[in-house]
Amino acid sequence: MAVQAAAKPASRDARRHNSQMYDAMRRLAQNKTAVLGFIIILIMILLAVFADVLFNYEQTVIKQNYAEMCQGPSLAYPFGTDELGRDILARVIHGTRVSLSIGFAATIMASFLGGAIGAVSGFYGRRVDMIISRVMDMLMAIPGTLLAIAIVAALETSMRNLILALTISSIPKFARITRGAVMTVKDCEHIEAARAIGARNGTIIIHHVLPNCLAPILVELTISVSFAILTISGLSFLGLGVQAPRPEWGAMLASSRTYIRDYSYMTFFPGLAIMLTILAFNLLGDGLRDALDPRLK
Amino acid sequence: MGVTSTAPLLQVNHLKKYFKTPRGTLHAVDDVTFTLEAGRTLGVVGESGCGKSTMGRAILRLLEPTGGEVRFAGEDVSKLSPAQMRAMRTKMQMIFQDPFSSLDPRKSVGQTIAEPIRLHRLIRGKQERQARVLELMETVGLSERLVNAYPHELDGGRRQRIGIARALAVNPKFIVCDEPVSALDVSIQAQILNLMKDLQEKIGLTYLFITHDLSVVNHFSDDIMVMYLGRLVEKAPSEDLFSHPTHPYTKALLSAIPIPKLHRETKRILLKGEITSPIDPPNACRFANRCPHATDQCRQQEPPLRERAPGHFVACFNQ
Repeated sequence: MAVQAAAKPASRDARRHNSQMYDAMRRLAQNKTAVLGFIIILIMILLAVFADVLFNYEQTVIKQNYAEMCQGPSLAYPFGTDELGRDILARVIHGTRVSLSIGFAATIMASFLGGAIGAVSGFYGRRVDMIISRVMDMLMAIPGTLLAIAIVAALETSMRNLILALTISSIPKFARITRGAVMTVKDCEHIEAARAIGARNGTIIIHHVLPNCLAPILVELTISVSFAILTISGLSFLGLGVQAPRPEWGAMLASSRTYIRDYSYMTFFPGLAIMLTILAFNLLGDGLRDALDPRLK
Repeated sequence: MGVTSTAPLLQVNHLKKYFKTPRGTLHAVDDVTFTLEAGRTLGVVGESGCGKSTMGRAILRLLEPTGGEVRFAGEDVSKLSPAQMRAMRTKMQMIFQDPFSSLDPRKSVGQTIAEPIRLHRLIRGKQERQARVLELMETVGLSERLVNAYPHELDGGRRQRIGIARALAVNPKFIVCDEPVSALDVSIQAQILNLMKDLQEKIGLTYLFITHDLSVVNHFSDDIMVMYLGRLVEKAPSEDLFSHPTHPYTKALLSAIPIPKLHRETKRILLKGEITSPIDPPNACRFANRCPHATDQCRQQEPPLRERAPGHFVACFNQ
């Protein structure tokens, strides 16, 4: 009895007060397809991190081995070998590393830069907004892939330029989404309340406006990673992206497409990897959109 | 401090706030002058869109005034630099109308109340700050266990208490209350009003109490000023205003208060005529179009604010 009585107020105190973000994440965890997408992404990240443990880069991934060329899937080579006798499984897994790192790096940079540009544009409005929005419109008028091709073609192909190209082509989307979200939030009374207690504009933007704009930015982040990965593959397919012998899914598709009639598995597995990755990010993005949408609450 | 008891805490002189609209200049607050002594409550009443909230915001420079001056304890607030203005905000605070939108949904109760203390570096230590937050919560009647709660978990009354605690966190002398109870249930309204009254007695706060609810303002305010389309039309001590309303608009306004008595003959003054547009208003009494006593003089000149009886100011030619 005494124990029970003592436990009761304690449990009331321990009652969790959940932030909106926590609630949203819990809703996300109940969405099966989103969880599936998340698990696929998690596996891919793990594969990318431990790619070197699984397959030696020098020995297995890029070393040509003509004795083993063009073998179909078997126990020794589950995904088969390519026209130069390299293990396709090893190359697909090492390709994950390239795609994910470029995709994440470009998207994160674009979200910071685009987010900052959009926040300034939406918060200050008037002439600042006018100028920034027109510049973003100009960037948006050029298709993202085409812009990336132009940048890479002008600056020569390298990992750094690839990330730069993808960042620049993703910035307008983040800027526009952040601007819209900031414009709805900045007129809330709690922003005025923050000003009334003496907060500076910078403090207001970082501590009060942006945290309330997180939902659409987070959704755009996942969708944008999948766009970036698809663009890398596309550029590599055209020979403007990652260069041989470094394994990249799009480049693998390009080099094996000559053999598609006789050795279709060579194109099948890299293609499958691209498809699964894009699918996973889009599923997660859709799930996030649903979980973060306040209208569904 | 430097203020003697006779000098007014707040002195508003010819305050103007105009907005540019596509159709002309909207005179939201036009040439409003009044004073407010420390420890007193000035009620501001008027219909929606008469500029009461705009005036409150212009005094706190949440909106930059178009003209005029606001003297707080002798210092002209409208001429302060941004940094000086931020420091000034520890003395003048605001309680907002809508407790559902005036709190940041991403911040817990504790974070919201602690923010002004952090911004002005009033208390450095984390634990001391937390202690102060809990003390403030107790002052406004919030249970300590709600410190980690988020606004969406709480009802309107509790949220408004958070808003009050946030305003009190910097130990202000003067608080602009922008319809602090109009978004609340009637039963909660009384609780919040009593809390504010208690706080005033305990801490010696001065309130500018903006409302459209006349029954609230009567019990709460020492003085009342009535606004009509951006102009101050009448200002008097509460009892005086309710017993001897002088301006025709005030009379009409007071006659509209519902009285819960059966078989009582009520003489409601029904106003007719068009409301004068606040956009580029003519040089005339703004109430003339609806006023039953309007003369040609009213339509050609703006009536100045005159002292009819000690402390009782009216802007009307015919009274």
